[in-house]
Amino acid sequence: MTSAPQLQTERRQGTDGPLLDVTDLKTHFRSERGLVRAVDGVTFSLQRGKSLGVVGESGSGKTVLSRTIMGLLPSTAVLSGSVRFAGQEVLGLDSRQLRHLWGREMSMVFQNPMVSLNPLMRVGHQIAEPLQIHLGMDKPAALEYAVKLLDDVRIPEPHKRVRQYPHELSGGMRQRVMIAIAMACGPTLLFADEPTTALDVTVQAQILELINEQRQERNMSVVLVTHDLGVVAGHTDEIAVMYGGRLVEKAPTKQLFANMKMPYTKSLMRSIPRLEDASHTRLLTIPGRPPDLVNPPSGCRFAPRCAYARERCTVEEPPLVTAPGTSDHTYACWYPVGSPEFAERDEQIMNDLAAGTVAASASRAAG
Amino acid sequence: MAGTGKAHLRDDADDIVLRVDDLVVEFPIGRRAGRRKVVVSAVAGISFDVRKGETLGIVGESGCGKSTTGRAVMQISRPTGGSVVFEGADLTALPAEVLREARTRIQMIFQDPISSLNPRRKVYDSVREPLDIWGRGTDAERATLVDEVLEHVGIDPERAAESRPHQFSGGQCQRISIARALVLDPSLIICDEPVSALDVSVQAQVINLLEDLKAQYGLTLIFIAHDLAVVKNISDRVAVMYLGKMCEVGSSEALYSEPAHPYTEVLLNSIPVPDPEHEAVAVDLDGELPSPVNPPAGCRFHTRCAYADEVCQTSEPVMRQVGDAGRDHYVACHHPLVPAVAVAVG
Repeated sequence: MTSAPQLQTERRQGTDGPLLDVTDLKTHFRSERGLVRAVDGVTFSLQRGKSLGVVGESGSGKTVLSRTIMGLLPSTAVLSGSVRFAGQEVLGLDSRQLRHLWGREMSMVFQNPMVSLNPLMRVGHQIAEPLQIHLGMDKPAALEYAVKLLDDVRIPEPHKRVRQYPHELSGGMRQRVMIAIAMACGPTLLFADEPTTALDVTVQAQILELINEQRQERNMSVVLVTHDLGVVAGHTDEIAVMYGGRLVEKAPTKQLFANMKMPYTKSLMRSIPRLEDASHTRLLTIPGRPPDLVNPPSGCRFAPRCAYARERCTVEEPPLVTAPGTSDHTYACWYPVGSPEFAERDEQIMNDLAAGTVAASASRAAG
Repeated sequence: MAGTGKAHLRDDADDIVLRVDDLVVEFPIGRRAGRRKVVVSAVAGISFDVRKGETLGIVGESGCGKSTTGRAVMQISRPTGGSVVFEGADLTALPAEVLREARTRIQMIFQDPISSLNPRRKVYDSVREPLDIWGRGTDAERATLVDEVLEHVGIDPERAAESRPHQFSGGQCQRISIARALVLDPSLIICDEPVSALDVSVQAQVINLLEDLKAQYGLTLIFIAHDLAVVKNISDRVAVMYLGKMCEVGSSEALYSEPAHPYTEVLLNSIPVPDPEHEAVAVDLDGELPSPVNPPAGCRFHTRCAYADEVCQTSEPVMRQVGDAGRDHYVACHHPLVPAVAVAVG
């Protein structure tokens, strides 16, 4: 029998290229109204041991993106483009082939730990199951390894906990169990889809820290999907911002926060209430709603909601370009933050905001 | 006194709309060994007041009793003990029919905007229903009022008349819920996690809307949420709850700049800051939330507190003023992080 740690080292000494290479990926869904372009031409790559934050509002395609890479889509999905995992094309594999990847190569932590665990099964058995199926361990060995995994995710008294049912654990504990299951077979890529949204702030901080620790210990890559810029700021190497099924900005985390180019990223950032601001500080809002993915607007998809949009934005779609002076900061915008056109308009907006006129019009236009 | 004290309560002359005294809410969960009744102590003797036009934020983690507190004020969960005095009348003592009428002056907005609207009714009818029930005005007056309120929350009345909740987004449904709460012209609105199910951009819209409506309709708000940054933005005064008790109360400025309760400090340090240069402070919180069936003696936070000693295990701290005298800042802690105001004995 091969143990999980042995398998991991074999795989880790693989190729040098990026672990994940996604090119012009499109995930469309057939519906009564027509094709829903949930992910519409996304290209990016992720190195081994790195973490990528995927940020966007609901309907931006961030969850569909990770589910497409994992191969967890309903039969209505129409796929095109390419997803190379460790040099091998994985897009369009059938579930029998995918089963070799799931667990051992890539796995996922879902948002709601309350509904993602089987309520009728002891948590130990739920952790042991992938070990038996994917790694061929026998049951006693798998259960013993489950205790070690619970210990790894900092669950006190793991010997006692393996025998318990999910309802006997708190929400934070259950999410730790989910992480233990996802990491059981030593995956090289972990997807965490809003892993802390259902949890309290104190627990959230602990869970994010845990994912980070495990990533470093296991040299695992992590894709952290969230709507919360605060969550990705402290816990990722790179950030990709999605809007309307497209990747609109991507940069190393520090670079992005220091120098946001896309007005959408900037607006998201400004709409977050900040602790250092005084009470009753007016929040800047993004009027309107995310685009209809059946008939996306022409030109830049954010243009109808963008306070900085000009005529060109509604006609011509901006390509993803590299920010001057950098090699790894890309964005898709005709009048990025920092350009003269932008600065002019920005000053006007801030003045209006101070005068209280923008806010009123924004809340009226919203929805 | 065994409770958490009332030093933070203000004078009645101060235009107090709502005054909650020693509120206790317990839920029976069966009997143990056929003898003693076993109860969950969800709210264990808290007191607070809300001034007219003020926004009181209540924060705390799941299980701290913040939602139960809001529901107990409305008398949805009947309090086991204590009083809830709203506009001069004790709601806990009112006969059912009088209470029903008093409740039109307090309205509630819930967390999940889509499931708090009837999916089978046109949203216009949902907003209008309170007026029909109470027979306010003539038919035409009701229609005008509903149109006006819908306009104020940014929903097109014509669309509302022909659409059902699933045809609106989450943010729009929350606007509709707000409109429904407003039609009866309440003086107090209890918002229970009204923005936590929404995207940040929509969250900002709803917060701004609540601020505008508060000014327009002269409302008093109780804003219950777990997100401390959101609560700070909207509140004048903030109360922190832990396991059914109130730990700290103060003006948002005082409480956020100088948290005095170790639990408040932990909460503030846990917030993810949208700035990669920000040095995260290690969250110093041991173990799990204790069970409210069998809460710890003394200070309920002592089992997880980095500053706890023997006193904390046996004696329950009483609310007292901290910081500069005259500052609106009170804490129930034996070892507050901000020095207590010396009280003259006598």
